[in-house]
Amino acid sequence: MDAFSVALVSGLACLAVFLATTDKGRRGLELALRSLWLHKLRSFLSMLGIIIGTSAVIILMAFGEGSERDVLEDIKRLGTTNIIIRSVKPPDDSNTNRRQMVATYGLTYSDLEVLATIPSITRLVPMRVFPQETRRSARSHNSRVVATVPQYAEVNDLTLVQGRFLVPDDDERMNNVCVLGQETAKSLFPFEEPLGSSVKLGEFVYVVVGILAERMPTGGTGGSQAAEDFNQDIYIPLQTARGRFGERIQIRSAGSRSAEKVDMHQITVTVEDIDKVRPTGEIIRSILGDTDRHPRQDWALTVPLDRLELVERTKANIRQSLGIYASISLLVGGIGIMNVMLATVTERTREVGIRRALGAKRSDITFQFLIETMVQTGIGGLLGVAFGVAYVFAHAALKTLPMAAMLFQDGSPSPILHVPSITWSLSTAVGVGVIFGIYPALRAAYMDPIEALRHV
Amino acid sequence: MADLPVARASRDDTGRHLTGWGSGHFAMTEVLRIESLHKRYSHDSSEVHALKGVNLVVKQGEFVSLMGPSGSGKSTLLNVLGCLDRPTEGSYHLGGEDVSRMGDDQLSSIRSRYLGFIFQQYNLLPQYTVVENIEIPLIYQGIRLDSESRARCVGLAELVGLGHRLDHRPMQLSGGQQQRVAIARSLVNRPQLILADEPTGNLDTKTSHEIMTLLSKLNMSGKTIVMVTHENDIAKWSKRIVRMRDGVIESDEDNTPDPIDESGPGLPMHLLEEAA
Repeated sequence: MDAFSVALVSGLACLAVFLATTDKGRRGLELALRSLWLHKLRSFLSMLGIIIGTSAVIILMAFGEGSERDVLEDIKRLGTTNIIIRSVKPPDDSNTNRRQMVATYGLTYSDLEVLATIPSITRLVPMRVFPQETRRSARSHNSRVVATVPQYAEVNDLTLVQGRFLVPDDDERMNNVCVLGQETAKSLFPFEEPLGSSVKLGEFVYVVVGILAERMPTGGTGGSQAAEDFNQDIYIPLQTARGRFGERIQIRSAGSRSAEKVDMHQITVTVEDIDKVRPTGEIIRSILGDTDRHPRQDWALTVPLDRLELVERTKANIRQSLGIYASISLLVGGIGIMNVMLATVTERTREVGIRRALGAKRSDITFQFLIETMVQTGIGGLLGVAFGVAYVFAHAALKTLPMAAMLFQDGSPSPILHVPSITWSLSTAVGVGVIFGIYPALRAAYMDPIEALRHV
Repeated sequence: MADLPVARASRDDTGRHLTGWGSGHFAMTEVLRIESLHKRYSHDSSEVHALKGVNLVVKQGEFVSLMGPSGSGKSTLLNVLGCLDRPTEGSYHLGGEDVSRMGDDQLSSIRSRYLGFIFQQYNLLPQYTVVENIEIPLIYQGIRLDSESRARCVGLAELVGLGHRLDHRPMQLSGGQQQRVAIARSLVNRPQLILADEPTGNLDTKTSHEIMTLLSKLNMSGKTIVMVTHENDIAKWSKRIVRMRDGVIESDEDNTPDPIDESGPGLPMHLLEEAA
């Protein structure tokens, strides 16, 4: 909790303690509650603006929190200290590649070597990806072959249910081993034990050394960051791929045939410290941006942390517009309450006169009406908070109602209670009571007691 | 019934301002002293001269009726006496304190400590019960409401004959009963001066007599009362009748009953005994 919230909470607590323990406070509170209870409907209607304003703030802040959590989890899956560089096929430019059947682009082994010299980088995980039919006797599965290094498992948080992931030795010796994703394993080995069996990729046979656990695909976020479905993957050592498949990849699609020469499809860079992620990103950008190295823009760089910043910016925007909504609704609510209080003061003119004659000071009258307004907005705020919090917890249940489908899209974030918003909205509500209660209260206090007593 | 010494109406200035309540010689203590009091109101362009030099001294234990036709200034005078209004000129001493130049908060404090009000309209707060209405002046005196103060209020309700109506609201009571609550309320702060503004104005003759009996009893127990009325029958209950006309005091008569002549003007003793 920040200092601001602490100040608000302690302010509210002081007020509550004053009302509950001092004689004057207790009497004022009782008086206020009594006269509000005397006009239940009127009090409730005048509170409505405050109730709606407060609950709106609570609910909207909860949705803001929910969407932030969704994004944060996404970022965490991608790794907050990671930078992802991908090869991008540049738009076909007729000059260079017209004659060539092979499209050559993307990140190279030379890039990898240069990147390895950046001191803040602790890990470089290159990968090549190509579609390849995997066969196991009569069965076949169109899987995505990922040629990579052992650290890939750490970077992507892969867990194994059986066996092991690739080890450095596999890479050095160009071992024909593979690790299967959950879906691939199920499809190729519906009845048998996959571990230790062999599958055929292209012309070579690979021994299955591990099976991955089922895993949620990461959401595609556009740009250079595509969705990844790890369950369909089959992992082989990078050097093995280089040796067995060569540099070219044949892609057959719809009768035409194309080939491309790509050293690496992606390099996942891990930086030692979260503060160095952005500077390192800039260094990589400048290295790869060198036109001698990459004459065309055939690479793209994603810093997951940037999305965090985006989320924070969005959240600040939400907060700002929320502040405006809240102030408008509380302003409207406050004006409503002031209006009712002015009517109440006029209606109770005689009471003011009587109290003054019996010895009430102006400050006693001011206090009485001010407390009444504050109690009113405070109760309105509490009701609003209660409603908002109740909604946040009931959201999951409400979402299953048939009508809700029209309101909520699939995958819309679930609200998470944002605790400081309770104190903000509650103290704002009480503050509104003070601001809009002071004028009616002073009007009551500065009545001429003689006139007030004569009032019918 | 104790035969309290009663000070007669006096214009002779003894020059002595007795300080403090209840100190000095009880019977001779001046409760209030007004000297050449003027009150002017300006409404728009016209000016109303409501009080044109009023002099009045009321001593401890007196029961004064303030009479006069409407526009004579009696209500204005009562407002000034009740510290609800300030005089334009002249001085007003209440219990030795000059209240004519006091600020609003000080006047509130004076009202809560020294004065008890009884109104023609009873002026009870409808949302409060009998006991709670009696308690109100204590709140503004800054007295803590506890079982002791509650017992005192209940005692006062019993004194005015409403011990069985403690938790009733004003709307559930008759006019006479409401006025009794108002009288109990005016006593709760042990005031030195009770101001009654046409206390029987809204009541029938029988109830009026009951209320006046109550006020007379209070007066006999030592309370000083100033009452505005326009009914001669009601004024007869008091011991001194001050008549006003055009903003000045027209006459100031003694109305003390002759102890020998029972049939003379003054306190209708048979009614008092009946009530007792």
